[in-house]
Amino acid sequence: MQKKLNNKNIVKKSGGEKVFHFILYLLSGVILLIVVYPLWFVVIASFSDPSAVASGKVWLWPQGFTLDGYRELLRHDEIWIGYWNTILYTIVGTLIGVAVNVLAAYALSRKDLVGRRFISLMFIFTMFFNGGLVPTFLTIKDFHLYNTFWVMVLPFSVSVYNIIVARTFFENSIPSDLNDAAKIDGCGNLRYFFSIVMPLSKAVLAVIGLWTAVGMWNSYFNALVYLKDADRYPLQLVLRNILITNNLQMTFGSGEAMQIALRLSNLMRYSVIIVSTLPIMCLYPFAQKYFNKGVMIGAVKG
Amino acid sequence: MDKCKKIRKGNLCLRIQRNLGLYLMLLPAVFLLICFSYRPMYGVLIAFKDYRASEGILGSAWAEPWYKYFQKFFVSYQFKTTIINTLTITLYSLLVFPVPIVLALGINQMKNGKYKKFFQTVTYMPHFISTVVMVGLLTLLLSPGSGIFGAICNALGFEAPNLMGKATAFKHLYVWSDIWQHAGWDSIIYLAALSGIDPSLYEAATVDGASSLQKIRYVDIPMLMPTAVIMLIMRAGGLMSLGFEKVYLMQNDLNISASEVISTYVYKIGVVNTQYSYSAAINLFSTIVNFMLLILVNRISKSVGENSLW
Repeated sequence: MQKKLNNKNIVKKSGGEKVFHFILYLLSGVILLIVVYPLWFVVIASFSDPSAVASGKVWLWPQGFTLDGYRELLRHDEIWIGYWNTILYTIVGTLIGVAVNVLAAYALSRKDLVGRRFISLMFIFTMFFNGGLVPTFLTIKDFHLYNTFWVMVLPFSVSVYNIIVARTFFENSIPSDLNDAAKIDGCGNLRYFFSIVMPLSKAVLAVIGLWTAVGMWNSYFNALVYLKDADRYPLQLVLRNILITNNLQMTFGSGEAMQIALRLSNLMRYSVIIVSTLPIMCLYPFAQKYFNKGVMIGAVKG
Repeated sequence: MDKCKKIRKGNLCLRIQRNLGLYLMLLPAVFLLICFSYRPMYGVLIAFKDYRASEGILGSAWAEPWYKYFQKFFVSYQFKTTIINTLTITLYSLLVFPVPIVLALGINQMKNGKYKKFFQTVTYMPHFISTVVMVGLLTLLLSPGSGIFGAICNALGFEAPNLMGKATAFKHLYVWSDIWQHAGWDSIIYLAALSGIDPSLYEAATVDGASSLQKIRYVDIPMLMPTAVIMLIMRAGGLMSLGFEKVYLMQNDLNISASEVISTYVYKIGVVNTQYSYSAAINLFSTIVNFMLLILVNRISKSVGENSLW
């Protein structure tokens, strides 16, 4: 329908419309450039001779192609330890997060649940009111979770936002007749959920799984507050030291040696950005098809 | 009467029993919520006490007077700085709130095809970059000595300022890098709302001879209002709780006068300096202000239009 309409518009496009579309596509081109260029620059800078980057010779293509930045990465064990930790946290955390939130969301989507309003309110209240950092910190310590593996994956796995999204999906996309039919056939709630609802809900599982995984991969706050030992640090916390706190072990020798070390560390920063961001970017196209409609719009109306 | 009650009660038990499986499904989430969301709320008591770890929350003596730590914050020189910085940055963010809407309106006008798809994919992408990498990127690109910004300035013939270390530049950098990263992603929700508009509205507008701009003005924007208002209310509720992650990373000794906000101050006082009661008091203060703002904004929007969160 929309397409037909557009075609008709093309036929009798007036001058004003032409100008409008010209400006629209021009602006979109400018926006594309603004978004893409910094990303592209990081890619080419990570392959370029650092002194060429510093003197502004790198514009569109790598200059003085080198893999030194990536080679330097291999020598930093903390990055690979962080990488491994993050993979573990992400996998376990995503499994827990999806399970906990989707189960709760389904129960709350059922209108025949006694106490549904009260329980929903109890969840939503935590979105707007919380104990704050220090009381939460003390609670974590009381539960002996401080500086453990589990603090990264368990205590903060409930996401009310995700529950609302999933609940709205269940309410709108799973017809309640289905449940009535199952009940008549003597199918209990749990069996009904796992063998009938779950296979119908792949879209919402994918979206919530992706959100949780991206969040896990990218966050550093919980690790900063609740972890002490460096060998438990996730990648992001290691990155923070490398990229921002400048905590690189530099060789303080003669002026020139230091210049080289400084440049190499800059080069390595570009490479580490690529290496740490690539996995999450690779995940993205798989789930993209679910983003546009359906699940998203439910989030607002819920 | 009594019998009636009994039947109803029996009915209730039956209804609960029949759905026992559902309660089982709720159990993990409710358990985690009670342990890690509601228990800390009880821990807020320490804001009114002289908390000592050895004596626990209940055992510690009450602060004398009970508002001691609140008063301490109100008279401290950090009070004005943190409040002003927090408000400046969040209000600035609120000001650029329409950017994703405009983006969605623009995308909606593009012809369905490869270019539109490509444009969307590319503008969503930065959303997946972590905050650490985002700030690292800013630091690298804006570094006057080795970044591309420095190179551009040199090419134009003037010396590059150290933007990351400039207090006056902090809020602009914070807000616009956020736009760069999230505007595309935030536009999805508006695009979804736009795609739900009844095509007959556009047809009617076309028949009436409306131009594309007029269609945006008289069809798209009014239809987007409910979504926009809901998103705005949600934002307003977070006025005082400016996110910790990015501000903390962008902070350095040079820009601290513009970058110390409530959440970073709470972290430093509480976790770094272990002044637990004082930190909890500051945090509680900002949470309460937030909560009241949320209720207020919600009420206003309820009385002005018919949109509200609840």
